[in-house]
Amino acid sequence: MAGLLGRTLGVAVLAMAAAVSPVAAQQKQTLLNVSYDPTRELYKDLDKAFAAEYKKKAGVDLTIRQSHGGSGAQARSVIDGLDADVVTLALAYDIDALHARGNLLPADWQKRLPQNSSPYTSTIVFLVRKGNPKGIKDWGDLIKPGVSVITPNPKTSGGARWNYLAAWAYALKQPGGSEAKAREFIAELFKHVPVLDSGARGATTTFVERGQGDVLLAWENEALLSLKELGPDKFDIVAPSLSILCEPPVAVVDKNVDKKGTRQAAQAYLEYLYTKDAQEIIARNYYRPRNPEVAAKYASAFPKVNLITIDDVFGGWQKAQKTHFEDGGTFDQLYQPGKR
Amino acid sequence: MKASISTLGILHPPLARPGRARRFGVLPGFGLSMGFTVFYLSLIVLIPLSTLFFKSATLDWETFWTAVTAPRVLASYRLTFGAALLAALVNLVAGLAVAWTLVRYEFPGKKIVDALVDLPFALPTAVAGIALTALYASNGWMGRWLEPLGIKVAYTPLGVVVALIFIGLPFVVRTVQPVLEDAERELEEAAASLGASRLQTFLKVLLPTILPALLTGFALAFARAVGEYGSVVFIAGNMPMVSEITPLLIITKLEQYDYAGAASIALVMLLLSFVLLLFINLLQWWQARRGLGKNL
Repeated sequence: MAGLLGRTLGVAVLAMAAAVSPVAAQQKQTLLNVSYDPTRELYKDLDKAFAAEYKKKAGVDLTIRQSHGGSGAQARSVIDGLDADVVTLALAYDIDALHARGNLLPADWQKRLPQNSSPYTSTIVFLVRKGNPKGIKDWGDLIKPGVSVITPNPKTSGGARWNYLAAWAYALKQPGGSEAKAREFIAELFKHVPVLDSGARGATTTFVERGQGDVLLAWENEALLSLKELGPDKFDIVAPSLSILCEPPVAVVDKNVDKKGTRQAAQAYLEYLYTKDAQEIIARNYYRPRNPEVAAKYASAFPKVNLITIDDVFGGWQKAQKTHFEDGGTFDQLYQPGKR
Repeated sequence: MKASISTLGILHPPLARPGRARRFGVLPGFGLSMGFTVFYLSLIVLIPLSTLFFKSATLDWETFWTAVTAPRVLASYRLTFGAALLAALVNLVAGLAVAWTLVRYEFPGKKIVDALVDLPFALPTAVAGIALTALYASNGWMGRWLEPLGIKVAYTPLGVVVALIFIGLPFVVRTVQPVLEDAERELEEAAASLGASRLQTFLKVLLPTILPALLTGFALAFARAVGEYGSVVFIAGNMPMVSEITPLLIITKLEQYDYAGAASIALVMLLLSFVLLLFINLLQWWQARRGLGKNL
């Protein structure tokens, strides 16, 4: 009798809940987050925390699946039909492509969430061998004789494009700097690059495991992670005088969430990234948090660097991509025969 | 009955009846099996490859030509096909030696050695690339001895050849081995007893028997090497004009969402490979006919 009453009550409560919140009717949902390579550890933590919170708040059992790979390749998969609910990629250019080539989200996607839709940032720093035997302090030291630099190929790696632009911006901002000077500096810099890996993780392996090169140009989060995982007795981080503010953006993929009916969860997921809890997790994973309070708390974890933005110096990703990385752009010109 | 059919199936028509037109009536089921072959090849090979033509066709001739003849692309063809040929040649000789050892000698652990040959087939190519790079980098087991001698393997075109040798070896061994097993040893003994030198016995008796298989192995190893991506990108260093393979350039094009450009380069690669493979097949056919002409 009591069992029956309990069951009836339970059903009634469920029915009421269903009436109040339309989401609760479908108790289980799955989100697919298509991301780039180094965010593996970050999103593992974030997904766990968000799933717990979303269950409490909306009563939905949320499973978040992750997919990682090179940023450009990931964007292509989504364009070709991978049903990502959200994308969290390395550069805005790759999400722009979702609009331009697949019409999966509106052109103004980057305005839909605060701070250029980038809930965390990072920058480009140098990882050098312990004790910094070559005395590398700034970008200018990279082109000294005998210094060998490891950076991936900007044509295939999102991270490498940030490296390239940071170096370009440095040369541009030096006293007497000009477009021509920057071009010269980059040309000289890439003469010091013995290996062009296709991705950022590959370059880290080349530097760390294979012992190639004196300095690795790396995402700050990758550099800090390498330092933690491989022991601080092997490498040092050097912060250059100037670097670039990397804003890895996030976006809901409208076409996919509308088809799957997951817009609410997907939106909540991305908004969650801006909350204090998430920002703490972000900071602990070596990404720079946006929340001023959290940023202040973790300030000592990140080296102080003078940061320029891609919009200020290069006029945005579309323009930067066209000038520098398209076929025949400034990067290709470096490797044209007879011009080296 | 069954046995006789399968024996007939194995024999190459020109080998079985040179100079005589093959009549289709002898074996039943030609229409069915031919139909299946055409259908299957279309489904698995032709249709996927035809999309390359359609993608490239979105470009006008001039853009297509510029895309496939840019200096960097030309340099990558030279490296890709050159390294693949070189690696296949090395495997031709080394693979024959390995197959010979496995067929003609008895030694403890032979089964294990035999199984080892297949490992490059089974290993994910990326793993092979990473392992080879670890070995041949300047701090690796091999690299640290080679580098003082002035030989750099990892991050040079030589590294590309090394990776391609690794992945190509089983093709030669596995095609030559069964033929060598079937080759009658008595023929060699007869040659020797008739006064042929060892070299003569090898060149005139053994080689004609195994040459078709060797050529097939060579062609397979070469074709596999031309298309190889996974292992090479890790060891090549990927420097434009120097150690950049064509498949990497294709990926580079895709990275810029330049599907048509990527398809164009792929198409050129495909055509080059097809011509080369056709040439090897012709060589094989010619060799088989010539061998027969002499023997009969």
